[in-house]
Amino acid sequence: MQTLTNRAKVLEQKPLTFMERLYLPNIAKGMGITFSHMFKKRPTINYPEQTRPFSPVFRGLHILNRDEEGRERCTACGLCAVACPAEAITMEAAERKSNEEHLYREEKYAARYEINMLRCIFCGLCEEACPKDAIYLTETFAPANFTRQSFIYGKPDLLIPDPKMQPDKFKEAQGKLEAHKANVNAAKNDQ
Amino acid sequence: MMLVVDFALMLEKFLLIVAVIMGSLVIAMYATYAERKVAGILQDRRGPNRAGPFGLLQPVADGVKLFMKEEIIPLTSSKWLFILGPCLAMVTAMMTSAVIPWGGRIEILGRTIDLQIADINIGVLYIFGVVSMGVYGIMIGGWASNNKFSLIAAVRGASQIISYELAMGLSLIALLMLTGSLSMKTIVEQQVSSGIWNVLLQPLGFLIFLICAFAECNRTPFDLPEAENELNFGYHQEYSSMKLGFYLFAEYINMFISSAVMATLYFGGYDIPFVNEANLAQSWGPNVVTVLGSVMLLLKVAFFLFFFMWVRWTIPRFRYDQLMNLGWKKLIPLALANMLVTGAVILWLNK
Repeated sequence: MQTLTNRAKVLEQKPLTFMERLYLPNIAKGMGITFSHMFKKRPTINYPEQTRPFSPVFRGLHILNRDEEGRERCTACGLCAVACPAEAITMEAAERKSNEEHLYREEKYAARYEINMLRCIFCGLCEEACPKDAIYLTETFAPANFTRQSFIYGKPDLLIPDPKMQPDKFKEAQGKLEAHKANVNAAKNDQ
Repeated sequence: MMLVVDFALMLEKFLLIVAVIMGSLVIAMYATYAERKVAGILQDRRGPNRAGPFGLLQPVADGVKLFMKEEIIPLTSSKWLFILGPCLAMVTAMMTSAVIPWGGRIEILGRTIDLQIADINIGVLYIFGVVSMGVYGIMIGGWASNNKFSLIAAVRGASQIISYELAMGLSLIALLMLTGSLSMKTIVEQQVSSGIWNVLLQPLGFLIFLICAFAECNRTPFDLPEAENELNFGYHQEYSSMKLGFYLFAEYINMFISSAVMATLYFGGYDIPFVNEANLAQSWGPNVVTVLGSVMLLLKVAFFLFFFMWVRWTIPRFRYDQLMNLGWKKLIPLALANMLVTGAVILWLNK
């Protein structure tokens, strides 16, 4: 038969030698190899107890920021929704009433603010688009769930804890946010 | 004629049977856990560690899962045989434990109790008989499933076990010529009193016996009847729920029992190595020595169980013709030669 290319190689198959036909020496060798693996380091991480360290600019679930007095920073300008390439953000604006100054920073606020976490691609463009320092991406990611509805995060899911009601949690979240901001800035300066 | 019923003896034997059966079940249960843990460790993984501390409740979870599953009997199967298959596998796996001496003698309330359910003078033959009945579980299960994969598996299982039983028997004959007795108890007592384990006198015989034990237990590299990737689990493909569980469980009980048989026949049973039991019994009392001996036996069994697993996660499965070549063309002639040489040496030494 004519060969199509000259790359074909004739494999020489030698019959097994006596030692090879005994099987046992090679089996012993193989068992030595598997036994030595008992003392090797395991690459597995016990996930919920241990976590892999994230990259400093990791982009996870969003958080809606508050100012020092616990007022929501978001003014429902809609820049994040415009910037979003996945069209995951929806919001409804509302006007602040006269007795709501302690809740909202500016006279316009987001009455409804929803992010569909199934649509979101965690690109971070909303964070870059926000002029009011109101939305940030944190180091947590969306937990598994059974319904699509549960992946549409509303304001209660997104807002940072209130500094007056839960000062500890607010400080914790704020600290993480500051670290995140510093990391992102450092990464930007590197470029 | 007066019928004398020794109730104490009956109670004693009953308790012993319960202890041995429960013991083998628990050990088989934790052998499944150990198998997964050993597999994990040998493959640089962690193995089960979620259920309970170190994953110790994993076998319980597995058992509950199997019990809760839906019991399906295929419409075209022969129902009676389909149910009989796993029962036979389980019963034969448990029956072998009757003649294994699990320890020496214990003295309680002035009674001397042998830690052996039945010291029959044909112990080794009994084990052979029961073990070869074990193949009926596979054959009947595979045939009754009315599934071609299962049938092939059943045929494979039957021919494999028949082939390897020959070599196993021949390797044992050499051992029996040395001991001159078929009783398991006597074989152990000889090793205890002389301090020399039979494996030192019969290394080749032990090797053949070991290989055949792997084949009899359907363990890798001889797990052709259940060959996951060629026969879709073979003979237990159609089984579900606890009937499947019984098949899987029977395999682990078989492993445990054959480890015990190997430890008994070749590794001195409940003999404590480098220790003179008679002297120890005088200073510490016989019961302590018996318990120590039983622990020793269990340690030996544990080593063999680990060995079974270690081999499973090292060696790939034999092809069917390789299996038959190894059995008929290598092991049987070797076992025959071993038998002849042993006989010749015994005759020469006695002259």
